[in-house]
Amino acid sequence: MKYIDEFRDKKFCEKLAMKIRNILDEEREITLMEVCGTHTMAIARYGLKTLLPRNIKFLSGPGCPVCVTSNADIDKAIACCRTENTIITTFGDMIRVPGSSSSLLAEKVNGSDIRVVYSPTDALEIAKANPDKKIIFLGIGFETTVPTIAASIKDAKDNGLRNYYVLSMHKVMPPALKTLVDSEEITIDGFFLPGHVSTITGTGIYEFIPENYGIGCVVTGFEPVDILQATLMLLKQIKNGNPTVENQYTRTVRKEGNPAAKQLLAEIFEPSDAEWRGLGIIQRSGLEIRNRYEIFDVEKNIVLQIEETREHPDCICGKILKGVSEPPDCPLYETVCTPENPVGPCMVSSEGTCSAYHRYTEYRI
Amino acid sequence: MHNLIKDLFLKSFNNPLLSTLDDSAIIDIDGQKIAFTTDTYVVKPLFFPGGDIGKLAVCGTVNDIAVMGARPLWISCALVIEEGLDYEILEKVIASMKRTATAAGIQIVTGDTKVVESGNCDGLFINTSGVGVIEAEPLRCENIAVGDKIIINGGLGEHGIAVLSARSDLGLKSAIKSDCATLNFFIEEILDCSEGIKFMRDPTRGGLATTLNEIVEEKPFGIMLEQQKIPIKNTVKGTCELLGFDPLYLSNEGKVVTVAASEDAARILESMRKHILGKDSEIIGEVTSRHTGKVYIKTLSGGTRIIDMLEGEQLPRIC
Repeated sequence: MKYIDEFRDKKFCEKLAMKIRNILDEEREITLMEVCGTHTMAIARYGLKTLLPRNIKFLSGPGCPVCVTSNADIDKAIACCRTENTIITTFGDMIRVPGSSSSLLAEKVNGSDIRVVYSPTDALEIAKANPDKKIIFLGIGFETTVPTIAASIKDAKDNGLRNYYVLSMHKVMPPALKTLVDSEEITIDGFFLPGHVSTITGTGIYEFIPENYGIGCVVTGFEPVDILQATLMLLKQIKNGNPTVENQYTRTVRKEGNPAAKQLLAEIFEPSDAEWRGLGIIQRSGLEIRNRYEIFDVEKNIVLQIEETREHPDCICGKILKGVSEPPDCPLYETVCTPENPVGPCMVSSEGTCSAYHRYTEYRI
Repeated sequence: MHNLIKDLFLKSFNNPLLSTLDDSAIIDIDGQKIAFTTDTYVVKPLFFPGGDIGKLAVCGTVNDIAVMGARPLWISCALVIEEGLDYEILEKVIASMKRTATAAGIQIVTGDTKVVESGNCDGLFINTSGVGVIEAEPLRCENIAVGDKIIINGGLGEHGIAVLSARSDLGLKSAIKSDCATLNFFIEEILDCSEGIKFMRDPTRGGLATTLNEIVEEKPFGIMLEQQKIPIKNTVKGTCELLGFDPLYLSNEGKVVTVAASEDAARILESMRKHILGKDSEIIGEVTSRHTGKVYIKTLSGGTRIIDMLEGEQLPRIC
């Protein structure tokens, strides 16, 4: 396929891998964090680790929206399923995520009307077709997906739809990155920053990382050539001692981002504190629906019976999300927690670190 | 599903004919070997680009017999009909079954009909069982040896994408037609051209990845695929990119994975390509002595990764 195959080209990849080997100091271990779950998936799917020297370590960051959703939020989503006369609409990844005692899938089996949609616009269509039911959209995701959800709320208002509701569990990236670099548990030499989040936000939001913490950053695309090129760019920053924010994903990301999307997001949502799995409550890292759109807010219009949140005592998803531990460090990994019976979200989500580890086990000849 | 088969069905029904877990059971009646198989077809919507549930029900069972190296002859047709299903729909499905059966040179010789209350089935379910005869030795997994080549007769994932795009809820419009086809004559021709064919299987539900994993499971060999060589149409690739699906796990209904002796592979490939059902055939990998029991792929970008069994359905991703 034009414009995709070029970014998966073996010759380009091998050339970049050679340049990486040439620039790399063999003595030193370099830890690079890919913030976004789609990067984790691409690295695994194309076997990129097998192309690179062993002393480059890739850590998966808190950029898989399913994985960072707290148990409390998942329980809230499950409580939505248990309300009368509702149709739940959700992205597919959420279906199998276990909460404290149930999951959307289990609720579906028990008779809840839960439908997987590709976009909140589909949820709007369902709302129009079912005027006597309440349609709840389970809103998760970062700056990438939030504008489309904001658009659906605006559209609902403009069209006088009164049976469409959003459970906002959205999150924004910069406060989580700050929490990570402030943490003393981890040492990170460089960040692959999320390409699609940056398409919306622009690159300015990351400048505090090199300025205040001296860590190099590259906004990175999602194909093998993108990731290898970004690796080379990060290694050059490290070698030259000039950490900065570079943009590798220039075919999509502009410095100023997408002003229209940012404006729409700000019109509908405002910052709120949010709980992240593994990182705890981070101030102003979530998004709640503004008062003037509150008729679309699940939490202000629908009474939910939420069960008491319980965490599996041995699940270390939190540590994995921070990059402190790797999946094999977890006592549950591939014993109790498998893709068939996932305990933690890192195993459920196709972008989760544990799932990527399990499906695409690293292979070295 | 996999565990269900192993832990419940195999344990309870335990017998040597079943335990080979081949696509058909091979039964010996006074020296005449017959292949016997059954399958139930549930598809939504009932009609999709390139086929319908009736065509599918004939193709699937015919192919399950053909991949054993057997010649399919007779099949059954059992229908579970939801109350209220349009007669015209049923008529169309039955006509499609008749057409497909005639083209495959088989007869539908017995059947059954049940009607269930509205809401108790999705319009129409069909079960077909089939019987075929085997003249030569059946194709079995035990024949496979290190060095054998893996051949596929064309693009992957077309049935999966065709059915997916026929569902109105996804709003997808693609030109992809299901590859749904009876493979018995094609397979007969290929078997005639070489003695070197070791094993065949149709990669239906779960796709190529699942079929290959089933082949290597608990075996003293593994499989290494070349991603570059795996034929996948651009429209399938594009749809997969959009939805976050892996075409290796999408279902096919007119494809056959052939494991063949290395020295015969080129000749087999050549004869496959002469046939309409094999014009896009490729040698996509080989059986190796390393990483036993596992399937690996050399990716387009030169890396290597494992291809695992898929747990559950592929689900659309968030971003």
